[in-house]
Amino acid sequence: MILDLVIILITSIGTLFILIASIGLIRMPDFFLRLSVTVKAATLGIGFVMGGTALYFLEFPVTAKVMAIIFFLLLTAPVSGHMIGRTAYFTGMRLWKGTILDELKDKYDRKTHILTSDDDDEPDEQIIKNEL
Amino acid sequence: MLQNYLLYVILPLLSISGILVFTRFLKGPYTIDRVVSLDFLINIGIAIIAVYSIVTDHSSFLDVAMILALIAFLGTIALSYYLEQRGKKQ
Repeated sequence: MILDLVIILITSIGTLFILIASIGLIRMPDFFLRLSVTVKAATLGIGFVMGGTALYFLEFPVTAKVMAIIFFLLLTAPVSGHMIGRTAYFTGMRLWKGTILDELKDKYDRKTHILTSDDDDEPDEQIIKNEL
Repeated sequence: MLQNYLLYVILPLLSISGILVFTRFLKGPYTIDRVVSLDFLINIGIAIIAVYSIVTDHSSFLDVAMILALIAFLGTIALSYYLEQRGKKQ
């Protein structure tokens, strides 16, 4: 009985996170804001729902599967979010007009897709020659 | 009580969020919006499968959820890679 209440609570929290994330996916004005909503809130919500499943069955194989799914989601969501955001920046996706800071502006080479920065971290060739 | 709550409250809420995401999938102004919403749609499918496995008391549905998690990641990575390479000039 107590366990049922805990499962209801956890599953409701996860579903609320997923619902809020989908509302954000509709309402957000910009691609990058939509992306941040999807990557963060949805992953947390699915993790909660999966935890509820593990609590309901209380068997080792099910818990192992649930842990594998959660681990895989936590591992892949940031990677795919980064790749998609990078692609969107390269294809010239416009930022929202209320965005106040774009730190990557003019730092990516549009043709070769190589990141350059103003700060020169690499040592000069002259110094390397002197040390050798 | 748990089964009824999940069947009549949680699954409709998840379905509503799926419909909202599918609206974004249909009207998304760029291809990349559609990629993100497709990824999210598959994630909602994983959550629905998890809740449905509680409702029907069959734990073997979770295998399908695991495969879906793998496929969603691969699809997103492949689509973003090709979309990026399309605008690139050597």
